[in-house]
Amino acid sequence: MVAVRTLVVWCRDWPVVSLDRAVGEPVAVVRANRVVATSAAARVAGVAEGLRRREAQRRCPDVVIVEHDIDREARVFDRVVSVLDDIAPRIEIIRPGVCAIPTRGPSRYFGGDIALADRVRRVVGEQLSDPSGAGVGVADGPFPATLAAQRSLGRPGAPPMVIAAGESPGFVAPLPSRVLASPGPCSDELVEVFGRLGLARLADVAALGAADMLARFGHEGVLAHRLASGLDERPPAVREPPADLAVSMDLDPPAERVDQAAFAGKVLADGFIDGLAARGLAATRVVVTARTTGDAVIERVWRDDGALGATAVAQRIRWQIDGWLSRPNATGRGGVCRLELRPDDVGPATGRQEGFWGGADARDDRARRAAARLQAMVGASSVRMPELHGGRSPAEQVRLVPVDTVAATAIRPDRSPWPGSVPSPQPTVVFTPARPASVVDAGGSDVSVSGRGVLSAAPARLSVEGRPWTEIVSWAGPWLYDERWWDATSHRRRARFQMVLPGAIAHLVTLEAGSWWVEATYD
Amino acid sequence: MPDAAPSDPPLAALAVELRQMAGAVRPTALAVERTLPVHESLGPLFPMGGLARSSTIGVSGPGATSLALAVAAGPSAAGSWVGFVGAERVGWAAAAELGVAAERTLVVCDVGVGQWPTVTAALIDAVDVVVASPTHPVRINDARRLAARARERGAVLVVVQPASSWPMAFDVGLEVTAAEWCGVGSGHGRLSARRVTVSATGRRGAARPRDTTMWLPAATGEPACVTAGPERHLRAV
Repeated sequence: MVAVRTLVVWCRDWPVVSLDRAVGEPVAVVRANRVVATSAAARVAGVAEGLRRREAQRRCPDVVIVEHDIDREARVFDRVVSVLDDIAPRIEIIRPGVCAIPTRGPSRYFGGDIALADRVRRVVGEQLSDPSGAGVGVADGPFPATLAAQRSLGRPGAPPMVIAAGESPGFVAPLPSRVLASPGPCSDELVEVFGRLGLARLADVAALGAADMLARFGHEGVLAHRLASGLDERPPAVREPPADLAVSMDLDPPAERVDQAAFAGKVLADGFIDGLAARGLAATRVVVTARTTGDAVIERVWRDDGALGATAVAQRIRWQIDGWLSRPNATGRGGVCRLELRPDDVGPATGRQEGFWGGADARDDRARRAAARLQAMVGASSVRMPELHGGRSPAEQVRLVPVDTVAATAIRPDRSPWPGSVPSPQPTVVFTPARPASVVDAGGSDVSVSGRGVLSAAPARLSVEGRPWTEIVSWAGPWLYDERWWDATSHRRRARFQMVLPGAIAHLVTLEAGSWWVEATYD
Repeated sequence: MPDAAPSDPPLAALAVELRQMAGAVRPTALAVERTLPVHESLGPLFPMGGLARSSTIGVSGPGATSLALAVAAGPSAAGSWVGFVGAERVGWAAAAELGVAAERTLVVCDVGVGQWPTVTAALIDAVDVVVASPTHPVRINDARRLAARARERGAVLVVVQPASSWPMAFDVGLEVTAAEWCGVGSGHGRLSARRVTVSATGRRGAARPRDTTMWLPAATGEPACVTAGPERHLRAV
């Protein structure tokens, strides 16, 4: 059972490096208000991963904050991969910033693993603003090679680290067990449990019996055990994936834009994953081939230690085409006329089980797929979900946010009391902006409210947007709102009323700076 | 001695056989399973006590928005997704109070007249309840196609304020015939609850007119039954 000898290239701080900014500038990449990557200069100033954006800015006022954009990272990484194309015939991209090369052929050609690693390190370094920012490691299997690449960055000048054949178990044994979760594929929860059980090093994990790991932790435990023992994630495949699992699609007319090709890719990926799932399989390596009308063939191998899902495959198709289009010397420009997906390495699917007869999961998946389809029709920002917030006025309490920006599990209605909010029941129709109106008393003169909240006369008639006057049957108010009085620009003073018109039509009416507005309707 | 076992059936034939078997052992869909749950106060309006899948429902009258949200709230609370087209002005705080689950709500905004039928059809494909309020007259062909789509997919299409814009008859048409706000006087109190009478007319099973009186909304913001309502009298038939 010999693991495939593998070389891994690990670009340090790829989210930052891909920005092409000057070395020495403090930069932090944030996602969802948390720092996910930092430049060396920012780290020196105390900015660490996981900090809130404000905290990062407090520690280092000069820090440049950039939003996380994995599409850009993938596009820029294509530049690195394309120079490696000249060295090795087969490059597996694990994620933007990390790729793996099976070394057997290239090593023989270049005269050994060490020569190959030096060469890879040199050509990749030429592509980066900081030549010592790329770590290269060679070991038996992608996991120890990744660890070696990371470790090589810690040495001065970052020379490649080559672990001799058969020595990988000894290399990984003294490493802390948290590397199983990062860069490894195991979950944080599992590694936390290992920590509590006193399994601090990979050697401790490897010392346990594989059968015990399976009994206690399931498939993930077996995976952790294999990795800790310096073995490949799974025993080498005993059979080639059957040919009919590959799927392809001809695009007619050819897709000229990335989003068109990506949309077709999503459909293709859904069919591809369904075909695998029908046989109880999951793909850990997928070959994506795109042919263009200019007779160019773009082929890449994408690898993921967990199995690749349909969305992940579609995303990789987009990265691949996007990266090719952004190449300065792309040969044979033209539209993408054919897409092919081929599983390169399959294993038994150990993923989640759906409910019988299509349970709640199936419904959620269906809705999410539809959301993606609708986004392609009307634009990503027009498909939204309501998100409940605190607030006084009905318009403030809820915002419609694009589906993509909603973390589906995070929406929780905030039921804590909000003093001064418009009382329940809430109006069912909210006008943004509010509709202008006029309110007069029985004598026909405008109704006003004094600074102390005293009404000049009882409101008798209402007109909305210059329409005919309607009698006010009953009303309540005024309720005074003096909001943000500490801030001159956003300070607002308002008086709110509820007014009921004939036919049980009820409005929420506001008086602000002498003008009346219908803010919402209780329809 | 039985015949010699036949050679292994090819995979495709096996798959067909399996599919047939799955069809045979699948539980029969009872009428109750072909309905989506509604709030108990709306139950008397529907012939099967719930929203029949594959149907179209029209909602009109003063309070149509509340009524449409209340209709969608039942399935939404039970785990269905609800899609809205042309609902930019809906007060989502009120929708949440009426029982619509925000985490299972899709809202498609800024839909042009030309795209309206395609977008609505795409939503019908994906979610159990679609609430549409067309701002323009819908062409009869589009309306037929959408109704057929809903029938095929087992979805419910709710059309709000359709008086002038929907050219077809609904399976169930709900209309608020009387409404009265409680809790507000002349310069005192606040809007606390609305008592409405809703009448339902329709086709086929829903052909017999029904009506009910309910709180829409009650003081908590939810719909509620009127407990001390008028007594039901037996009528000679």
